[in-house]
Amino acid sequence: MGFGRKVLDASFESKRMRDIFTWSLIVSVAESTIRLATPLVLAAFGGLFSERSGVINIALEGKMLAGAFTAAAVTYAADTRLGVGTASPWIGLLGGMVAGLFIAVIYAVSCIKYKADQVVSGAAINILMIGIPGFLSGALFLSSGSTPQIPKDHLLPQSPWLIALVILLLLAAISYVLYKTPFGLRLRSVGENPEAADAAGVSVSRIRYSGVLLAGVLAGLGGAYLSIGQSSLFTRNMTAGRGFIALAALIFGKWRPVPTLLACLLFGFTEAVSILLQGVYKLPSGEDIPVQFINMVPYVLTIVVLAGFIGSSRPPRALGIPYEKEK
Amino acid sequence: MTKLARELLFPLIAVLAAFIVGGILILLIGDNPLVTYRLLFGSALSWPDGIGYTLFHATPLIFTGLAVLVGFRCGLFNIGAEGQLYIAAFATAWVGITFANLNPWLLIPFCFLAAIFSGAFWGAIPGVLKARFGSHEVINTIMLNFIAVALVSYFTQYHYKVPGDPILQTSPIGEGAHIARLGKFIPGFPERIPLNVAFLLALLCCLLVYLFLWRTKWGYEIRATGSNPSAAEYGGISVRTQIVLAMAVSGALAGMVGINEVLGYRYRYYDGFSDNYGFTGIAVALLGRNHPVGVILAALLFAALQHGGIYVDGFSEHVTKDIVQVLQGIIILFIAAEAFFKWVLGGRFSMHRLRANV
Repeated sequence: MGFGRKVLDASFESKRMRDIFTWSLIVSVAESTIRLATPLVLAAFGGLFSERSGVINIALEGKMLAGAFTAAAVTYAADTRLGVGTASPWIGLLGGMVAGLFIAVIYAVSCIKYKADQVVSGAAINILMIGIPGFLSGALFLSSGSTPQIPKDHLLPQSPWLIALVILLLLAAISYVLYKTPFGLRLRSVGENPEAADAAGVSVSRIRYSGVLLAGVLAGLGGAYLSIGQSSLFTRNMTAGRGFIALAALIFGKWRPVPTLLACLLFGFTEAVSILLQGVYKLPSGEDIPVQFINMVPYVLTIVVLAGFIGSSRPPRALGIPYEKEK
Repeated sequence: MTKLARELLFPLIAVLAAFIVGGILILLIGDNPLVTYRLLFGSALSWPDGIGYTLFHATPLIFTGLAVLVGFRCGLFNIGAEGQLYIAAFATAWVGITFANLNPWLLIPFCFLAAIFSGAFWGAIPGVLKARFGSHEVINTIMLNFIAVALVSYFTQYHYKVPGDPILQTSPIGEGAHIARLGKFIPGFPERIPLNVAFLLALLCCLLVYLFLWRTKWGYEIRATGSNPSAAEYGGISVRTQIVLAMAVSGALAGMVGINEVLGYRYRYYDGFSDNYGFTGIAVALLGRNHPVGVILAALLFAALQHGGIYVDGFSEHVTKDIVQVLQGIIILFIAAEAFFKWVLGGRFSMHRLRANV
């Protein structure tokens, strides 16, 4: 009798343990999904403004790198030189946004003013931004491509639920601007039919400048979150293609705010799962589980969606075409 | 003559302007640009190491430069050379490992074909996607780069690595698949310098690409598609076929990087070997004005920079070899904006007209 009770207890106990384990697993995956999706969301929302105005943004990667490096460098400087302590990550965050903006100005001038090919300029920015952080960190920190470590309590807040709230507010703001304001209407019309917008008295280049510069600020912000939020320093090429994943999410989200956010969450989820599998579980042979196939998911999905296999994803009609005013 | 002068003038201005901007950046961080530039170029002409390594580094850049060029001439932007060369290098190594005991006279051509056809296959995918579904080749090639890197790293790690090897690389290819290093034929040129037969193959490819684009019907149709797709279609050219063909040829050229890397240098597939060759290929093609001869010159410039970067790292106080990437980025930016200058001057070549069919 006593023995039977013991078994019952044990099985009850282990089920409860399993439940707790499952629940904490779900929570931890959800939290890391939000954390990993955040830089993607910021960059993708940036790309949204740029691409809806008709300017392709493969330079998101470069802008994120600029933001990430500058944010870490400025935070470190504010911490050690100015001694502002816990205020330093906010100064760093501002630095990251300014860096993204600065790169966006170069990009905008070459694409809009000089009507350079947008993909070529974007590729140039990306190559430039692989080099610049290394170049500057060698000079500033005598290191080969990374900034010094920033103390843990001088980083951005990392509570995933707080960040989720910020992202939701941002989503609301962006949807409002895009669909409910005159600026949003002009932005979309310039991306779809610049000739008509021009005829209606809208300055195509001014709207496109705004779109590209906003993209720079948001991508810089995304990069900053990567270096002084998720991590505590900048390391060489730390974005590791996240700018391109953000671009993929934008396409997967059909250039609309809510689906783009969902796509970023999906891609953040795949990254969270691959990290989880990599760290915890092993194959019987002792090797890590092949996460390469999970890592491929965002890219494969983007190709599939772009080809129109799952619903169609149609880019803004004037995307990538420099606008030339008729004389 | 004036046409040639103009073709040479713009790249030279872009390079010069980039070096001036780069020089200002170097001054700003407290080094002497002249010293840096002497370190960058001073070693490139030394015999045998400087010249040997410059030509060795130029080899993959000529291949990727040609790959991007063929795409451009058809109005396509192949950003996917990076993925194509990874797939091809792995395929080359796979053949070299699997058929290691084959007679070299069979094995080497077999490896060559593996590089060429696997590259062509990976390049043709975005071509087909564009021709069949109209989806943008820029996005698809970017996505396929990541997929390629993940795929080959999976196969290397789980199927072709020597057990216990801490480095992510395959087991070595059969000795019959090795192609000769040029040191074997040139007296006084040591065989430790990895410059190999693939360099001669790269030069041959420049000639072949020239003949293909300007002397064959297919090449003519590719260029016609590139300069005006609707006119080409009206003239009876199947634009869709040309897109797939151009992307396949482009991928094949990028794939030949695998021959240099696997058969002539490391004799195995080494994961992550590419030093951004695919992306530098964009710079090479643009600076080379989308002409095979220009590609050779531009590849030599970037290869010299790449080799000189090591000396900058070793001998200067603040500047690191990252200056090479910086200069490369600035050069492309200037070239991109240069289309504007050319447009002002009434030139016939214009970047956005080149891609007007996207």
